[in-house]
Amino acid sequence: MTTTRKPVSERSAAFEYLTTKKDELVGWARKFSLFPYPFVTACCGMEFMSVSSTPYDTDRFGAALPRFTPRQSDLLMVVGTISHKQAPVLKRVYEQMCEPKWVMAFGVCATSGGFYQNYAALPGIDKIIPVDIYIPGCPPRPEMVIDGIMRLQERIAGQRHPIINQDF
Amino acid sequence: MSAAVFARIHQALAVAAGEPVIAHGILVLQIEPAALASTVRALKEQFGFDMFLDVTAVDWPDRIPRFDVVHHFYSTTAHVRVRLKTRVGIDDPVVDSLVPLYGAARYMERECHEMYGIVFRGNPDLRPLLLYEGFVGHPLRKDYPKQREQPLVPYRDPPQ
Repeated sequence: MTTTRKPVSERSAAFEYLTTKKDELVGWARKFSLFPYPFVTACCGMEFMSVSSTPYDTDRFGAALPRFTPRQSDLLMVVGTISHKQAPVLKRVYEQMCEPKWVMAFGVCATSGGFYQNYAALPGIDKIIPVDIYIPGCPPRPEMVIDGIMRLQERIAGQRHPIINQDF
Repeated sequence: MSAAVFARIHQALAVAAGEPVIAHGILVLQIEPAALASTVRALKEQFGFDMFLDVTAVDWPDRIPRFDVVHHFYSTTAHVRVRLKTRVGIDDPVVDSLVPLYGAARYMERECHEMYGIVFRGNPDLRPLLLYEGFVGHPLRKDYPKQREQPLVPYRDPPQ
């Protein structure tokens, strides 16, 4: 979310104050209403099931309800190895999501390809789409995923959230 | 029980003389490419090997001929397995397809074709199965560079 803003000299202090307060409010609202799209391809899916169901329960973070269409979701969770053959599908899914959107690379395979360095595996999804949060581990513990979600929430809370135009 | 079955099969089918080779409880037959179809037909019709388990290849980069094409069969009545090894060279890596005998061969031969470049004469559909159209080379051959990638989506520049 890199939008260019007017130089500070052209903006009034009241406008600046209002914008900041608006960003805080919208960020607070958005960070607790993540709608994940689980792009689950491999064994990390087991940890995804664990972290999203009762014992760990991502519902506590407002990220419980998976939407199985990218058009209704704002958090793309890429869970597992992405092969070169699958890369066009992932790219299409990412492009179908509406702004604002965030991407989580869940596990080492999505982060960097992990131990796959061969003809088949994509060496990290950041080669084709931008990634906001990386969670290492093979597979990551549910605690690590929760930590990742909380860090992503911090980032969302601290971001600018233009909702009317790029200045407000 | 299986030893008696193996001895009969070996006596009837093995081209090379000598004792039957048993590896890990499986009868291993080394055969010529030209004899593959007739050997498999005999295994299926005379000895009841009604299940085609797998076809794969082994690449011996320094050996001539270079490839072993390896077929596995199983008999659901006698409960024994047999392995056929067929040697083919890099210049003409062609063996007969088993599609007329076993329907399962359609897909397994497609995989072996894309991974090793073995051509199965008579298989009507050797399109890529696990790989994609436009992939150059055969990744499980020993001379395929192990880190060579052929991405379908152009990489972001610069990746962040």
